[in-house]
Amino acid sequence: MNTLDTDVLVIGGGSTGAGVAWDSALRGLHVTLVDRQDFATGTSGRFHGLLHSGGRYAVKDPGSARECAAENRILRQVAADCIEDTGGLFVSTPEDDLEYADRFLAAARAAGMEVEEVPVGTALRDEPRLNPKIRRAFRVQDGSIDSWKMVSALLRGAEAHAATVLPYHKVVEVLRHGDRVEGAVMEDQRTGQEVRVHAGCVVNAAGAWSGQVARLAGCEVGVRPGKGVMVAINHRLARAVLNRCHLPSDGDIIVPVRTVSVIGTTDHPVADPDDTECSPEEVHQMIEAGELLVPGFREARALRVWAGSRPLLPKTGGSAGAGDREVSRSHTVLDHGARDGLEGLVTIAGGKFTTLRLMAEDTVDVVVRKLGRGSECRTRTEVLPGSESRHFYWIGNRQQEAETDPPDDPLICECELVSQHDLDTVVARRPTWRLDDIRRALRVGMGPCQGGFCAFRVAGMLHQEGRYGRAEANSALREFVQERWKGVKVISWGAQARQTRLDRWIFEGLYDLEHLPE
Amino acid sequence: MTELAWGAEAWSEVRASLDRCIKCTVCETACPVAAVTELFPGPKTVGPQAERFRTGGHSPDLSVDYCSGCGICSRVCPQGVRIAELNSRARSELKRERGVPLRDQLVARPGLLGRFGRPVAPLFNRAMANSLVRWAGERTIGIHRRAPVPRSTTRTFSHWVGHHAGTKSARRVVYFHGCSTQWYEPHVGQKVTAILEHNGYQVIIPKQDCCGLPLQSNGLFPAARKAVTRLARQLVPDATGDLPVISSSTSCGLMLKREAREILGADSPELRSVSARTYDIFEFLRELHQRGELRTDFKPVPLTVAYHAPCQQQNQLIGKPALEILRLIPGLRLVELDRSCCGIAGTYGVKREKYEIAMRVGKPLFTDIQAEGPDLVACDSETCRWQISAATGATSVHPLEILHRAYGGS
Ligand SMILES: Cc1cc2nc3c(=O)[nH]c(=O)nc-3n(C[C@H](O)[C@H](O)[C@H](O)COP(=O)(O)OP(=O)(O)OC[C@H]3O[C@@H](n4cnc5c(N)ncnc54)[C@H](O)[C@@H]3O)c2cc1C
Ligand code: SF4
Ligand code: SF4
Repeated sequence: MNTLDTDVLVIGGGSTGAGVAWDSALRGLHVTLVDRQDFATGTSGRFHGLLHSGGRYAVKDPGSARECAAENRILRQVAADCIEDTGGLFVSTPEDDLEYADRFLAAARAAGMEVEEVPVGTALRDEPRLNPKIRRAFRVQDGSIDSWKMVSALLRGAEAHAATVLPYHKVVEVLRHGDRVEGAVMEDQRTGQEVRVHAGCVVNAAGAWSGQVARLAGCEVGVRPGKGVMVAINHRLARAVLNRCHLPSDGDIIVPVRTVSVIGTTDHPVADPDDTECSPEEVHQMIEAGELLVPGFREARALRVWAGSRPLLPKTGGSAGAGDREVSRSHTVLDHGARDGLEGLVTIAGGKFTTLRLMAEDTVDVVVRKLGRGSECRTRTEVLPGSESRHFYWIGNRQQEAETDPPDDPLICECELVSQHDLDTVVARRPTWRLDDIRRALRVGMGPCQGGFCAFRVAGMLHQEGRYGRAEANSALREFVQERWKGVKVISWGAQARQTRLDRWIFEGLYDLEHLPE
Repeated sequence: MTELAWGAEAWSEVRASLDRCIKCTVCETACPVAAVTELFPGPKTVGPQAERFRTGGHSPDLSVDYCSGCGICSRVCPQGVRIAELNSRARSELKRERGVPLRDQLVARPGLLGRFGRPVAPLFNRAMANSLVRWAGERTIGIHRRAPVPRSTTRTFSHWVGHHAGTKSARRVVYFHGCSTQWYEPHVGQKVTAILEHNGYQVIIPKQDCCGLPLQSNGLFPAARKAVTRLARQLVPDATGDLPVISSSTSCGLMLKREAREILGADSPELRSVSARTYDIFEFLRELHQRGELRTDFKPVPLTVAYHAPCQQQNQLIGKPALEILRLIPGLRLVELDRSCCGIAGTYGVKREKYEIAMRVGKPLFTDIQAEGPDLVACDSETCRWQISAATGATSVHPLEILHRAYGGS
């Protein structure tokens, strides 16, 4: 068994864990970050993609709104490459209470948001597909944030400061010595080997799974996973984030994320955070909700459906019987020493992607106090790798680059414009186990064809380069195709149904995927 | 905010059509430009694929400028993706953002060139035939020195109309002749008029300006929109509210039929009205024939004529009506040239950087023509005729000139 010593062991490589790793590393601590899967495959890879302006919470949860507004401003400075400055609109649809709009405006200003009311005509000129029956419109500083880019930048930053990052390492045991947590045992999901990590402090950043991890340490964390469903539409229906101006409900935001528009979301309590099934009813609900913001939404091509689990932590004694939206979106740092008499363990729960930096700062402040070591937080001003130019990411970037790609660098994924060189670079930079890891890093297979034209190219290339044996390549391909199918089976109508049939012809008719040798 | 990237409802529909692409790649196999140059990545790539990366404001891709706008891709796409229309919009965004070269401004205004050339037509024509002048033209304004240019005329079509008595009849049509008839080929207009009158129609020829198509294909959308809206007004004066509008220029006819609304996003009551009742001249004659109303008092025309159906005529989705009518003429040996594009695509092939591409696109057609050695080449589109003649040395005519001859004209 491998053994490692570290100052801080962070369990969970979502936005929160990655943020904690980056923050700790900048403070001069040695960090080890582990995840049971690849990074950003939990809720962080399954979220809506919105860099909140704070508008969503302005009326209901002013504390969260203020946090979002402030963090939004900071992330734009330090993580520009992960953010697209789409701007956002809050609009009163015919079904929304106009009086709420007044409250919204006042609350947004009070939360320190940059907000201005714009004439309906202006909003409609900027967003021709927006419902022409809207009655008021407010412009806010929403943006879209790319989860993989963000988490990967945080990891690269942490690694540059000597952090160790271990994907596919699942915590199977928390090491305790009396009333002290001293580390954990991980199982490498790819090889079955165990790794033992001794740590000065363990941070449980397992999001919706943090209850499970806490239980391994022998304590309880009352995280309530809340499942939310999203549907991606094939192209951008709007340039800005479109929000309904009303009390938050289901399917009331459309976010332009990379090449797609994502509508979401719902909120259903689930027992198991790994329960990410999406029912046809939920999908239907989203599509119908989209119609209110963008008439004709129903006819747009739905590409894919997925769900994520919110890591909600009710405030102590959280109002019983109230829906989960009653729970504050703000995060909580649980010091298990003070709370349960169990030293060496800190749980960070709740929060949002947008507030990951603040969550990390608050967490590491506690860690530093416990360790008696580590400097001041630097994440407010330290620019993340890739964002040095401070240029926001822009949707046209890849198209522009593809124009100048040398002719001997063929496109592997046509929908998302991924070239062979891009693929080689990513594969060289990090170990790849599943094709899905490459998908997250490069968006291979995320466009309209959902892998139909690129998955076998990628598998074949990795085989050719000796990274996959024959059997491995075949099973990786099969697994990838099945995973993609999961996301399209509930939306198989219209153009996407035709695409799926064509893809099946390719996979089964041309490659006989079912019968490839193991 | 850009006025162009997002516009009228029709454009929203065109953009939404990208959703239907399933990557079957049929369009790529049909695009004549992608087949001959690596500079153009092909319709699937610059159309539905690239459109997902465009949001208006700033154009990410330049290569779309190499699309000739021939429209073949849209026609062959089994999923109904409006590829050529997407490209056209993207091109105009590009031009709006980066400015339009003087050359494109010039070729986009045939009236301007024609008007400028007319008073000094013989001189102009001689100058255009002079290789030194053409070389200078290529260097200074980027019009390829060997590119086909029309011969200017001293007498415009409207001048002829002013002296034409015409016939009175209860059956009336409006004639939309277009710029090339006005400035370069008035004889085409005279023959159209004669043919229609021969079939018992009174031909109303209102004063008319450019439809804006060359402006559109050079990405000058606002000017194009203005032009086509004005033209629609000119073509439907009150008294002629529901008369058929006959066009003898295929590309300008297509502009009125579809492109004005679908690509330019232009809209007005007159435009809608004109749009719904515009006919290609042979489409109209075919309908007459189907109703048994076309006069078939043809004299034999003992010639071999090779017929090429131009892209913009094919894009009207009306088949090849000229072939159907010419087949009625006794003694005529008609050869159908089954090639897609001559390369010129309006003004595409006259541009310095595109001339060679256009010639390569047209190569199969030119080879067929040279192998056949016909007496005449017939083609409905004026720019295609000029291109074919320049490339092959063959004499090319509008197919209605053959019909005119069969009716006894000279
Ligand atoms: C539907 C939905 C939409 C959302 N939209 C937005 C939005 O638009 N904007 C926004 O700011 N926020 C949004 N959020 C909230 C935000 O996504 C989450 O708060 C945030 O991503 C949580 O990150 P995390 O790192 O805490 O959790 P996660 O990303 O879930 O990370 C936890 C990690 O722990 C790992 N793990 C679990 N068990 C173990 C173990 N035993 N060993 C090792 N690793 C383990 C998991 O694999 C996982 O990767 C949304 C949430 C949901 C559910
Ligand atoms: S022909 Fe149509 S469906 Fe096929 S690739 Fe081209 S645009 Fe897509
Ligand atoms: S319009 Fe013609 S040149 Fe342009 S992409 Fe389509 S087929 Fe190719």
